Amino acid sequence: MIAMLKDLRGRLGAGASAEEMVSALLEKIKRSKLNAYNNLSEESALERAREFDRSPWTGLMAGVPIAIKSCISTRGIETNCSSRILSGYVPPYDAHVIERLKEEGAIIVGKTNMDEFAMGTSTESSYFGPTRNPWDLDRVPGGSSGGSAAAVAAGEAPCALGSDTGGSIRCPASFCGIVGLKPTYGLVSRYGLVSYANSLEQIGPLTLSVEDAALVMEVIAGHDPRDSTSVKSDGGYLSGLDGGVKGLVLGVPKEYFGEGVDPLVEKSVWDAISRLEELGASWKEVSLPHTKYALAAYYIIAMSEASSNLARFDGLRYGLRFGTDQDWHSTFSEIRAAGFGPEVKRRILLGTYALSAGYYGRYYLKALKVRTLIKQDFERALSAGGADVLVTPTMPFPAFKIGERIEDPLSLYMADVFTVPINLAGVPAISVPCGFADGLPIGLQIIGRHFDEVSVLRAAKAYEDATPYSETVPKEVA
Amino acid sequence: MITGEDVDHISWLASIKVAEEELEGFVASFNSVLDYFHQLDELDTEDVEPTYRVVDLTNVFREDEVRESMSQEESLSNAPRTENGYFKSPRIV
Amino acid sequence: MAEKDVIIGLEVHVQLNKLNSKLFCGCSTDYHDSPPNTHTCPVCLGLPGTLPVLNRRAVEYGIRVALALNCEIQGETLFYRKNYYYPDLPKAFQITQYDFPLGLGGQILIKGEDGEEKTIRITRVHMEEDPGRLVHAGTIDRAKYSMVDYNRCGMALLEVVTEPDLRSPKEARSFLDKLRNILEYLDVFNGDLEGAMRIDSNISLVGGERAEVKNISSHKGVEKALAYEITRQRSARRRGVAQVQETRHYDELRGITVTIRTKEEAHDYRYFPEPDLVPMRIADWVPRVEAELPELPDAKRERFVLEYGIADDHAKSLTSEIRVANFYEDVAKRASPRLAAVWIADVLKGELNYRDVTIDGFSPDHMVDILDMIEKGKITEKGAVEVIRTILDEGGDPAAVVAAKGLVRAEDDKVLEAVRAAVEECGQAVADYRSGNEKAVNFIVGMVMKKTRGRADPGEANRLVKEALDGMGGA
Repeated sequence: MIAMLKDLRGRLGAGASAEEMVSALLEKIKRSKLNAYNNLSEESALERAREFDRSPWTGLMAGVPIAIKSCISTRGIETNCSSRILSGYVPPYDAHVIERLKEEGAIIVGKTNMDEFAMGTSTESSYFGPTRNPWDLDRVPGGSSGGSAAAVAAGEAPCALGSDTGGSIRCPASFCGIVGLKPTYGLVSRYGLVSYANSLEQIGPLTLSVEDAALVMEVIAGHDPRDSTSVKSDGGYLSGLDGGVKGLVLGVPKEYFGEGVDPLVEKSVWDAISRLEELGASWKEVSLPHTKYALAAYYIIAMSEASSNLARFDGLRYGLRFGTDQDWHSTFSEIRAAGFGPEVKRRILLGTYALSAGYYGRYYLKALKVRTLIKQDFERALSAGGADVLVTPTMPFPAFKIGERIEDPLSLYMADVFTVPINLAGVPAISVPCGFADGLPIGLQIIGRHFDEVSVLRAAKAYEDATPYSETVPKEVA
Repeated sequence: MITGEDVDHISWLASIKVAEEELEGFVASFNSVLDYFHQLDELDTEDVEPTYRVVDLTNVFREDEVRESMSQEESLSNAPRTENGYFKSPRIV
Repeated sequence: MAEKDVIIGLEVHVQLNKLNSKLFCGCSTDYHDSPPNTHTCPVCLGLPGTLPVLNRRAVEYGIRVALALNCEIQGETLFYRKNYYYPDLPKAFQITQYDFPLGLGGQILIKGEDGEEKTIRITRVHMEEDPGRLVHAGTIDRAKYSMVDYNRCGMALLEVVTEPDLRSPKEARSFLDKLRNILEYLDVFNGDLEGAMRIDSNISLVGGERAEVKNISSHKGVEKALAYEITRQRSARRRGVAQVQETRHYDELRGITVTIRTKEEAHDYRYFPEPDLVPMRIADWVPRVEAELPELPDAKRERFVLEYGIADDHAKSLTSEIRVANFYEDVAKRASPRLAAVWIADVLKGELNYRDVTIDGFSPDHMVDILDMIEKGKITEKGAVEVIRTILDEGGDPAAVVAAKGLVRAEDDKVLEAVRAAVEECGQAVADYRSGNEKAVNFIVGMVMKKTRGRADPGEANRLVKEALDGMGGA
């Protein structure tokens, strides 16, 4: 099994062969039943590994292999967002985060499977078929960054990048028993992230440990002049990790417990809170009163933005094109009908409706106002006299079976109930494993103030150090 | 209540052809989702300002400096159909 | 003629081609002679994952223009997405402004149809990006396919919208000429370049719906298209056919407008604020930009009259183009301002227009030399005109041209000699003159011109001939 990043860097530093490491990884991926990857970057990864072996370079991720979610642009490597309409699209440029990874010496292994255009909670809507959960091959790995999470959990990559619009990093981290962090909005450049919902999404790490997540953050966080919504990073993610939780005040929002939450999940989370108390934290009940409206607000905003962001896919400059061209409107309408899966179509159409004349005020504008109320809920709960971080379950239940929810869109949307409010508010949140329900991982969500990743990581690290969950490996793939 | 006609109009606006067989399914799922959205009507947001972005920035600019463009080859590198350096498009009407 | 029943409004798209780079990316604006798709980058091509970043100087230019048009600059201004599908729009939305545009409520003065000064109100000035360019294999409605070049895509545009205050095609033309002049004064665009200014016009007859004629790229074209529209709409009305709100395309070759076949469904642009950009708060830029505004045409015209003591008509002509105004002032420093005004406004401009060239093709130094020669009597006025024409057509400098073409003004004694000789030789003409035919002088003057090989000053020769004839004694 591939070790944590620190170990890995240590071994590479001591002379272990990067080429052997990457080769072994590629072998494992090719034998895998998980379908975690869309496409591999085999030749260039091996070439880079060989270069590293010949003449090792320095850098925070020197020689470390990493898997990249399919919607993050990688120059020369197919970036298809797990969609038919972008099959074969090879970007001529790297996303900012990819440039940063390369600067720090990482080796990109391949692009991972996802829900088509990041729209989903289970990776079942991928054009390339679902990814399987390494803990139970009949179950979903979560979504939309299901491929990245499954790969990391199964040792098919030591770490990965995902993107989180409404829980797409945290949900698969929770279902796959690994660590996933959604940074504060603006902290990680979105330049190169194929947009689904621009005002909600961030790129973030999926790793086996909190320290690894902090390391990746050191690499990818920070201002990028090519993203007008990007801010400076104060760093300190690694250095602030071991501060412990003495005196930390945990807020426990009452709306995140009770009806609709699997009792085993609820128990694990309360156990986690107790554990943190033992480590020196204290907790208090808080309220985020507008929680139940978050899903509707989220979906309206996300679908509206998506309807505009995905309008560019028409087969003229890239992507799917077939048959004889008729007039442009008919041709593009047919290409888009053939190129998008049903969930993507549904969201584009609903988003178009929500923005259309006569409905803008009723849906889009209304949702933006509700967003303000939700954001204020978090600000109040995390204010100076309130809590330092909030603690909740990441998902209301563990991984469900493939096919169980996909026919009922609304039931799938409901699974996001604890993750979407965080995106609406723009605050950071991490999911760390906190137990099992009948052998399936459960995730603990720790939420922080804007730009207070340090507290979130610190609390997560303290908890991780005091529990055995990060050491557990899926039996299926040991 | 959304009707098939509404879906037809929206699909024209969104440039996505919706086949006859799909129409009923879309109408049904739209109505259930929109129904769910109407939950927001419970909230009085008369005096609430909308949040367009959660990052508090203004006046982000770049200087008026030239950066290298892509070559024609790079620009066309993913184009399914081209002619003489142009992207080939279906006829307009 | 100003018609009481015509209502015209204009939407002018000005390309800020004097910026170095595009509105949201660093591609160079210098694409006009380049092969297709050689001035694009992932951002302006709209590749998935790319994001816009705003060009600071574009905003400054926008403020300059809005101030020069007397608009109120909005304290907070932001960008929106205008969503629609067209092959020249790579993101399938245009980043533009909707609510909270850059400038509101301005005006320009033009000379109305009746010769009076007229105020044309400016509704708004806002910024947006240019789409790419479609090339059709044939005409738009008959081509089998089209081709797209995105070089132009992402260029910064300013949209200037007028209230429907114009009352005739001529007024529309006058407005456009004035607007272009102001813009060139502000040095924000070069109006000579292709695509620099594109105009949509809205025209209706009182009580009727309006037709929008889109995307005309010349002022003359606008005038013609509007004239055609008035005729077409009037004739339709006479036949009892109501004008419907529609969009039309101006066919330059045939000189007509045609309906663009559109679906019955109207465009629904679904505007919403651009999530990838942040608002601009620029109220505190205004004082500085205002202080740095150059002298505008109307002010310059007044100053020319006062400072150089020239006629208002001349001042108007000289300030109708910044390049001409600068040329004039350069020359007026070194030669007689009044003489310079006449020769530049009345003569040089005419010669330039005739040849369809700009004043950049003529050196101010040469003008100074020519004026000097005129003042010193070294060449005649006719000769001076010939010098100007020769320099424009063949090049060279004034002294060389004068020498080569033998344009040195004939010395007075040579002229007198020629007059004496001509009077002696033209006996019949002299007789005709004495018997009352004034026009006979011309014949004799013609002879003088011939004898001096055109180098005598015609006016002077005329005077001398008359003097000679009148001074001859006897009946």
